Amino acid sequence: MGFFDSLSRGLERSREALNQIFYFGGDVTEDFWEDLEDTLVMGDMGADIAMQVTDDLRDMAAKRNLTSARQLREALTDRLAETFVSSEFDPFDDTPSVVLFVGINGAGKTTTVGKIASAAAHEGKNVIIGSADTFRAAAIEQLDVWGKRAGVSVVKRDRGSDPASVCYDVLDEADKCGSELVLIDTAGRLHTSADLMRELAKVVNVTRKRAASAAAGPMPVRVVLVIDAATGQNGLNQALEFNEALGLDGIIMTKLDGTAKGGIAMAVASKLKLPIFRIGVGEQVEDLQRFDAHEFCRALVGNGDKE
Amino acid sequence: MFNSLSDRLNDTFDRLRGKGKLTEADITSAMRDIRMALLEADVNFKVVKDFVAKTKERCMTAEVMESLTPAQNVVKIVLDELTELLGSTESKLVLSSRIPNVIMLVGLQGSGKTTAAVKLAYLLKKQGRSPLLAACDVYRPAAADQLATLGGEIGVPVFRGDGKDAVEIARGSIREAVDNMRDVVIVDTAGRLQIDEQMMQEAVDIKRAVKPDQVLMVVDAMTGQDIVNVVSTFAERTDFDGVIISKLDGDARGGGALSVRQVTGKPIKFVSMGEKPDSLETFYPDRMAKRILGMGDVVGIIEQA
Ligand SMILES: Nc1nc2c(ncn2[C@@H]2O[C@H](COP(=O)(O)OP(=O)(O)OP(=O)(O)O)[C@@H](O)[C@H]2O)c(=O)[nH]1
Ligand SMILES: Nc1nc2c(ncn2[C@@H]2O[C@H](COP(=O)(O)OP(=O)(O)OP(=O)(O)O)[C@@H](O)[C@H]2O)c(=O)[nH]1
Ligand SMILES: [Mg+2]
Ligand SMILES: [Mg+2]
Repeated sequence: MGFFDSLSRGLERSREALNQIFYFGGDVTEDFWEDLEDTLVMGDMGADIAMQVTDDLRDMAAKRNLTSARQLREALTDRLAETFVSSEFDPFDDTPSVVLFVGINGAGKTTTVGKIASAAAHEGKNVIIGSADTFRAAAIEQLDVWGKRAGVSVVKRDRGSDPASVCYDVLDEADKCGSELVLIDTAGRLHTSADLMRELAKVVNVTRKRAASAAAGPMPVRVVLVIDAATGQNGLNQALEFNEALGLDGIIMTKLDGTAKGGIAMAVASKLKLPIFRIGVGEQVEDLQRFDAHEFCRALVGNGDKE
Repeated sequence: MFNSLSDRLNDTFDRLRGKGKLTEADITSAMRDIRMALLEADVNFKVVKDFVAKTKERCMTAEVMESLTPAQNVVKIVLDELTELLGSTESKLVLSSRIPNVIMLVGLQGSGKTTAAVKLAYLLKKQGRSPLLAACDVYRPAAADQLATLGGEIGVPVFRGDGKDAVEIARGSIREAVDNMRDVVIVDTAGRLQIDEQMMQEAVDIKRAVKPDQVLMVVDAMTGQDIVNVVSTFAERTDFDGVIISKLDGDARGGGALSVRQVTGKPIKFVSMGEKPDSLETFYPDRMAKRILGMGDVVGIIEQA
């Protein structure tokens, strides 16, 4: 294979200087800065942000004379964490609330709806799910299984029906049942598909209109983008397009139980100022967590145990 | 949002214009553009480093440095190198004379395995084969329903077995194929993380049970830097024969394809361009190289017209 043979070995090497300093307290060398930038790039935050962060930290280190491992590590975590915004509301805690889950194919929307329904029902909330993915084969059956697990009813129509009507139905049902949290799953779609994005905009609009006249008073409608943590730089295009078409309220990142660092969330947060409401860490009903920016940023740079 | 590499290089060289002959420093600055373009396309950073080092050497010739259009020359070199690394010739599905042939699909959660299984079945059916789909994902809610629905739509039978033991279902599907004269079995498996030892072992067990002629890994075109860790473990454990890149119908540049090739040496066999059964297409390295560089899939568009 020749000149790429070094690839896997190179990956092992790459965090050496970082580990030397962060975990063994060595001296800050030129290698350290290079390794830091590489590590950040490897975490998918994007080369320009990685360079910016590295330069900022370098300046800060010089200005404030930060030389110890502990100081640098804290400064880095703080610098990274600064990128993230927090939200004044939580769409799942602050009810009444209607939440639409949108995103590209296979990101984890349906699974996340199931997990959230379960967690909210467990807290004693009156929850209802709407299956507005009328396109994907067995999407309804999949959501039904999740509804059963959560003990939450799922409002649905036949495959191929108009997704916007399902939103109508589920809000009717919510009125009847006095549901305070309405979770709506939508079909996965690429942000580049103009037709499907228009369809989704219609779904959101219909939901907004109907929710405004909910029986117990207007319910706020939130649109949450679900992103797979393994997503690379395309994640930024996804977020920009979905945001432009629908007006996003925040993000949920899934599949953080893998080895992907999810650095794209950083790029999205810094460009779009969107909060991260939850993270997905597995396929089971309990694999959902709240987002902690500091913890996330520490993980992004690696924990140094085994790299 | 992203500028294509040629635009970027043109800008870079424009700034240097009037200096006459390019210097090594000028080439180095062009290499920075190439580095950024590749990283934005999600090419693994280590692959980028090695690639840039090698390309720089090729660019440091008089032919490039003294030419009137250095940007075009550099782009051509980069394109050639990338195309070569992606595997210069297109690679097809290899079927043996064994009846039934077995194709097994593996990959991360949500990458597109189940739809790819259906697409392969559709393709083979059109070629006069009689495929059988085996529903060996016993974890994801309604996974077998999904396969059964899609199989029904293209008129290909689906074997569900007891819906409990993936290895047993796989075995059963071979017997079913023999009994019903189906000549290719396509085994759909559950999505799994490469660090999930138990699930990786299951893939190994299924493979052992059905001895597939081809194991194909389905990789999402949007995958970022982590692709290297993912494919190296899948290659090690399942020793797959080829790759299907999915979701290329979007605007992902798909630089991960390059990493897959470099890390595993396995060919990319197909690209998936949509959710419909007929959206599986042949992989062309030169088009992929252009795409990674943000030069658009010009040929593809012409052919589609
Ligand atoms: N490991 C892991 N897998 C996940 C997580 N969230 C979802 N998945 C898996 O990812 C796959 C896709 O999840 P879905 O919930 O069906 O994704 P979706 O966005 O609804 O997909 P479409 O409706 O097809 O667009 C399934 O196999 C899920 O089990 C997570 O946090 N971790
Ligand atoms: N736009 C587009 N969508 C695709 C493509 N391939 C698959 N999908 C969609 O991606 C989602 C996931 O596809 P699946 O085939 O269910 O993926 P999987 O790998 O079987 O998922 P798990 O079984 O949960 O691991 C579905 O919504 C598919 O319709 C593609 O090439 N383009
Ligand atoms: Mg879904
Ligand atoms: Mg599947």
